[in-house]
Amino acid sequence: MDVSQYLEIFIDETNEHIQSLSDCIMTLENEPDNKDTINEIFRAAHSLKGMAGTMGFKRMQHLTHDMENVFQEVRSDKVKVTSEMIDILFQCLDAIEAYLENIKSTSDEGTEDNDALIAGLNQFLAQAEGNAPAPEKKEEPKEEKKEEPAAAGEKKFLNIEFSENDKEAIRSAAEGGSKVYGVTVTVQKECLLKAARAFLVFKAIEELGQIIIYSPSSQDIEDERFELDFSLYIASENPLEKIIAAIKNVSEIAETVGEEVTYESLFGEKEKAEANVPAVAAKNEAAPAAKENKPAAKPKTAGKPVANRTVRVDIEKLDALMNQVSELIIAKNSLVSISSQEGSNFKNQTFTEQIEYLERITTTLHESVMKVRMVPIESVVSKFPRMIRDLSRQLDKKMELHMTGEDTELDRTVVDQIGDPLQHLLRNSADHGLESAEIRAQRGKPEVGSINLNAYQEGNNVIIEVSDDGNGIDTESVKRKAIERGIVTPEQAEKLAQKDIINFLFMPSFSMAKKITDISGRGVGLDVVKSNIEALGGDVEVESKLGEGSKFTVRLPLTLAIIQALMVEVRDEKYAIALGSIETIEDLPATEIKYVEAREVINLRGTVIPIVRLDQVLDSAPAEEEPESITIVIVRKGDRLAGLVVDDLIGQQEIVIKSLGKYINNSNKTISGATILGDGEVALIIDVNTLF
Amino acid sequence: MDTSIETTSNITKQYIVVKIGNEQYGIDIGYVDNIVRMQPITRVPKSQVYFKGIINLRGDIVPIMSIRVRMGLEDDVFTNSSRIIILKLEQQGELGVIVDEVKEVVTLSMDKIEHVKINGQESRESFINGIGKNGEELISLLDLNSIIEESENV
Repeated sequence: MDVSQYLEIFIDETNEHIQSLSDCIMTLENEPDNKDTINEIFRAAHSLKGMAGTMGFKRMQHLTHDMENVFQEVRSDKVKVTSEMIDILFQCLDAIEAYLENIKSTSDEGTEDNDALIAGLNQFLAQAEGNAPAPEKKEEPKEEKKEEPAAAGEKKFLNIEFSENDKEAIRSAAEGGSKVYGVTVTVQKECLLKAARAFLVFKAIEELGQIIIYSPSSQDIEDERFELDFSLYIASENPLEKIIAAIKNVSEIAETVGEEVTYESLFGEKEKAEANVPAVAAKNEAAPAAKENKPAAKPKTAGKPVANRTVRVDIEKLDALMNQVSELIIAKNSLVSISSQEGSNFKNQTFTEQIEYLERITTTLHESVMKVRMVPIESVVSKFPRMIRDLSRQLDKKMELHMTGEDTELDRTVVDQIGDPLQHLLRNSADHGLESAEIRAQRGKPEVGSINLNAYQEGNNVIIEVSDDGNGIDTESVKRKAIERGIVTPEQAEKLAQKDIINFLFMPSFSMAKKITDISGRGVGLDVVKSNIEALGGDVEVESKLGEGSKFTVRLPLTLAIIQALMVEVRDEKYAIALGSIETIEDLPATEIKYVEAREVINLRGTVIPIVRLDQVLDSAPAEEEPESITIVIVRKGDRLAGLVVDDLIGQQEIVIKSLGKYINNSNKTISGATILGDGEVALIIDVNTLF
Repeated sequence: MDTSIETTSNITKQYIVVKIGNEQYGIDIGYVDNIVRMQPITRVPKSQVYFKGIINLRGDIVPIMSIRVRMGLEDDVFTNSSRIIILKLEQQGELGVIVDEVKEVVTLSMDKIEHVKINGQESRESFINGIGKNGEELISLLDLNSIIEESENV
């Protein structure tokens, strides 16, 4: 079988299995006796093995096979879960991930055999054999059988529970002169597209007869909510052999069994002998016991929803779609601008109405596309508990990670790139933040340090906070270091606010680690975090209290490509300010501007807000004369406000953000991009975060 | 891309000849995406002095560089014959350069190109990587990489 077409599915599903294994092993470490978890692990390892085998990745299959064996022993209580075992299992996961990486880049699993790990796993098995009388070899085939009892080809259709409607259907079919057959079809275990196979089977049957009853329901079969087999009742005038032959013609079908039934044979006896199910199947019944077990066992294995109604789409296709929506919005904007021009020929009621209608559609379309691109940050943060566990070992500090808001959604592009910065922050908290056990005891803090990761949505932003209850940032020592490095003079340093001092930490190669460790302290830390986050259009802030802990707040935009913006005019140039960061707009007499420490401020309803003159920041031509009344756009960054002085307001508009490209070097980063206006003119987008 | 035709000994290359100040410069046609008329340029504050700003080229934002300022000549005076040459460089994307006039396209064979780096004064960098001889005329062949590279460092 050519499997290359399944490679992507394989990669995706393997990732999911690895993640679920990782989660479960973490749980197992805390609750070694949790049977559900062990079963879950076993299932995931088993699927991994099966998938790797199908795809022909022998080494990966070998490793997962041995992992599965260990879980098998755990499951049958022959081995106790120890922390060594957990360690080795995690190493195995890493190894599997390494295989997967190889497969991703080269479509080949590589040549690493991971003999050491396999030997380690086998040690546990040997231990199990020592403890347990039953040899493991014997155990396994039995297990295989349990996992895939369907392979035995039993006539499960006999177990279908009939509703009154079903009975009626069978009776009327029989009365109509057709024969009724019960059929159970089993697909191959390796079959990747079970629903598609089932569909082909239906199609084949429907050419010969009519399907009266489906079990599970046809909807469930379409959604792949079935294990390996499904049963049908068919009304047909053709002989049974012909139908079975047609079904077997469909590829990847392992087994098909069927027999002719009549209304009486089905219900007459069944109702009589309710307790004795096998009696109905008077023919060669191989394993009645297994059959009895099955209905009870099935709900358990089927408990996990196998597939939702989802489609996997290549992110590039979504990017293309987003680009087209952007183009559409630009085109719409130019229609709007034509229709609103003075002396335009399009100033009639219907035209304006249609334009407004178009505007609504493009806005909804944009929102829908944006929603399609949104994924929960879970895919990124779910690997963190494992990382913290490893760090806890490495650093010999006890710590716990508490996470909330894993279901918070962000644009896929952002999610893909937020992993590294967050990882940096967590490592930072674990390494620098949390104190050693002795110091924690002295300070009366709980022995186990806690690190929190909270994510939530706030307006058009998503906030991710990483906090710890550790030492906090020692601003005095940061200050000393800054002076040492010649970044500030001692005199300047005295005047700095705490926030400014903390900001030194985000400067390139300003590491505070006293000793360089594997985890952090190589001077490539916070500055990289900051630039990565800024590249995503977000920003990061720190709050810290010495001795009590620190909190890093990462703020990210919900979407990257299209935003609502306020268009303003400074001299004769047009600029866009993201609506999300605007608090209010004020019109004040020029005399309202006051001075505090030689900086311009306004006192707005009791709040003192610093003033930024955009014309100065943007090097605009000097104003001809100071106007009597000034227009101030009040913007917010975190808990701080600033007032931007502009010449004029143009209005609100949906704009498509375009990059300035790599050549132009906007040295103070005030300009975050450009946008094309309705009339084709280019306006620059002001990143207000840089103005604070 | 490159329209060079390989014969046994003779490789030819096509250049667009442009006028900047009093000199004639040749731009390798393989890098030229488009030639457009002058249009309003949006100034980008705090950028390198030789970047005039950005334009909207059929929905794409393209940065525009003044070769004159880049080479230390006096600032551009836009006339009716001023043009923007849109260059497409492999990784960095599109870039527009302003020239005073576009004259013609010439085909130069390799033996008509002299690969000399002319180091006039020490302080001034060289932006050409050769001189082409087209009959009696001399064409300075622009080294596009050096124009871009420096602009990244500034």
